[in-house]
Amino acid sequence: MAQLTRRSAKLLEPISAAVSATRHLTTSSTSPITVETSLPFTGHKIDPPSRSVETTPQELLTFFRDMALMRRMEIAADSLYKAKLIRGFCHLYDGQEAVSVGMEAAITKKDCIITAYRDHCIFLGRGGTLFETFAELMGRKDGCSKGKGGSMHFYKKDSGFYGGHGIVGAQVPLGIGLSFAQKYNKDENVTFAMYGDGAANQGQLFEALNMAALWDLPSILVCENNHYGMGTAEWRSAKSPSYFKRGDYAPGLKVDGMDALAVKQACKFAKEHALKNGPIILEMDTYRYHGHSMSDPGSTYRTRDEISGVRQERDPIERIRKLIISHDLATEKELKDTEKEVRKEVDEAIAKAKESPLPDASELFTNVHVKGFGVEAFGADRKELRAVLP
Amino acid sequence: MAAAIMQSVGATTAISSVNYKNSGYASRRSFPERKRSCLSIHCDGSLTFGMNNQNNRSAGLSTNAVASKQDNVTASTASKPGHELLLFEALREGLEEEMDRDPHVCVMGEDVGHYGGSYKVTKGLAPKYGDLRVLDTPIAENSFTGMAIGAAMTGLRPIIEGMNMGFLLLAFNQISNNCGMLHYTSGGQFKIPVVIRGPGGVGRQLGAEHSQRLESYFQSIPGIQMVACSTPYNAKGLMKAAIRSDNPVILFEHVLLYNLKGNIPDEEYVCSLEEAEMVRPGEHVTILTYSRMRYHVMQAAKTLVNKGYDPEVIDIRSLKPFDLYTIGNSVKKTHRVVIVEECMRTGGIGASLTASINENFHDYLDAPIVCLSSQDVPTPYAGTLEEWTVVQPAQIVAAVEQICK
Repeated sequence: MAQLTRRSAKLLEPISAAVSATRHLTTSSTSPITVETSLPFTGHKIDPPSRSVETTPQELLTFFRDMALMRRMEIAADSLYKAKLIRGFCHLYDGQEAVSVGMEAAITKKDCIITAYRDHCIFLGRGGTLFETFAELMGRKDGCSKGKGGSMHFYKKDSGFYGGHGIVGAQVPLGIGLSFAQKYNKDENVTFAMYGDGAANQGQLFEALNMAALWDLPSILVCENNHYGMGTAEWRSAKSPSYFKRGDYAPGLKVDGMDALAVKQACKFAKEHALKNGPIILEMDTYRYHGHSMSDPGSTYRTRDEISGVRQERDPIERIRKLIISHDLATEKELKDTEKEVRKEVDEAIAKAKESPLPDASELFTNVHVKGFGVEAFGADRKELRAVLP
Repeated sequence: MAAAIMQSVGATTAISSVNYKNSGYASRRSFPERKRSCLSIHCDGSLTFGMNNQNNRSAGLSTNAVASKQDNVTASTASKPGHELLLFEALREGLEEEMDRDPHVCVMGEDVGHYGGSYKVTKGLAPKYGDLRVLDTPIAENSFTGMAIGAAMTGLRPIIEGMNMGFLLLAFNQISNNCGMLHYTSGGQFKIPVVIRGPGGVGRQLGAEHSQRLESYFQSIPGIQMVACSTPYNAKGLMKAAIRSDNPVILFEHVLLYNLKGNIPDEEYVCSLEEAEMVRPGEHVTILTYSRMRYHVMQAAKTLVNKGYDPEVIDIRSLKPFDLYTIGNSVKKTHRVVIVEECMRTGGIGASLTASINENFHDYLDAPIVCLSSQDVPTPYAGTLEEWTVVQPAQIVAAVEQICK
């Protein structure tokens, strides 16, 4: 009961607390709680949504668990990389988890998400399993892309996750194409095309935005602004660091990307907007703790104080933890138990993935072309079937 | 559909009922009715595309690729007389038929809609199908190519028109990394059934930047197929085949060939994307060519015939993968090869073809392969200079005389 009097400092102001009597983590209570986001939204050519976000205890606990899982997965990937089980490039998402879970909470699996190479957690959010993730990272045949894609090429077609792209910025026109198809098929879904602050300077982004705005495509461009384009800070590469304003004619919204609830509110708002009025840009103000990739220590262009400062004040998991505790939805111990569970899950997935075999040599040549080319060739004047390629 | 069993002029294989899987060479079968189950060819994982050597032939794409001379001539034994049209109209007909057949087919490019296409290939389609299906894009090749590829990932079948092939260099990243590779890097989850088409080639004094031959730049991209059309018949057939194919196909057209007149059948037909076309069977030398150079070769062939030579002319049509079956049969017959292409000398289609033939058919060659290509220069504007960047019939005649000595 002492916890009821505990209030977290300055970060949260719960307007009303629906305190549930039972604090068991498995209770799926759906009684609504209204929470205020940490910062107000800033709009560009649009009225920003309200700061008050409706959520439920179940949702908050799910947020916590999912983010803890993602954090644990990325840290495990770090150790696997150092153990040389993961090779090549490995771009880690820890610190940015709130963007993924917040987005998922606002949309369905019929909406499409496309992102760049920092895709492990987004893949998980879309319904990918830990086993598939680790198997793909280690190049095994049970990976989501059969071991042929690697860290930068995670895809999950059945839940609308279109990857996973290595070339900076090239995924944005693809994302506009996804929304073009959504408009063509009239299916009332949206596409979230995600990119970083570095990619925001690519010309193809503006070309794609122009087309999306011209034809009112249901696309949402999400700039995950972690303030560093690999080693170059945002102020050194962009004349105008207000990425949400860069759309000019397209409305934009600046969101605190470390607050999962703010992200959820913004994505919900953006989806409604995009379905009616065309593209909107969301700038998620977020931060990555690791370097750009595993080959970047991450400390040559920023101070360790900065990193630990953000970790102390803005960490997304800590924010949800404090929310849960202050609303008395779970005890410290229960949350710690969740984290232990999650850690165990990750370890088990890694062990299982390590046992998965490497792909067959014949897999080198599969999936280069769609099997059989799908063409029936015949000459009308000879009325003779020459070939049916299955 | 009434069926006529036909023998075409120049066919070299007898009709027999040999099971294609066991034979070294496929035999062409005539079917009383069109049955889908009769002749099915499976591409198994062990077939390496583009390296169609003889060993793989029996297990893989063994279509009998010996086309007859009747391909672009009125089929006299057909039930209907066929109709005459220009090549760009044939392309349009093919496009229209496919758009009628499948609502997922759409076109995007600069000025394809209201303007009707800079070479009139899409004229009249926008009023018929609407602005979304025949989409006028802004001048942003990189993005609209990317957009088409993204749309293809969800199941649409877009046709991307480059107003001039050279402009597609701006979209090279999208074509190479996304179009060609997504099927592979996603482990087969996504297929990209796009068709990228546009005019290229030298000929209207358009200047260096507008007279490019991109076949050579795109040929190494894994995952794509490339075809080049040269007559109204194969233009329509290849366009339809490319649209129906689940793989990304680049269809190369030529600026000078759009107004070529030809006769095509009234019935529906589709050409094979991987087949070469036998233009003129012969005995002395194999001349391999594609696109506009086919006409220079045929002109040279007239001179050669008068001089007593008997050249075999093959329009390779499929630039990637090469139809080494047809080409191989020809090499085995004539033992001499001349390649005439419009690509640059360095790293062009001819260079790859020379390497392929040398690798696979070395024993059958009596003389080194002669490859006639365009000069390695930017195309000049002046008419006479432009003529001399590409191969002229006189050079072809000289090369054949040289090789046959």
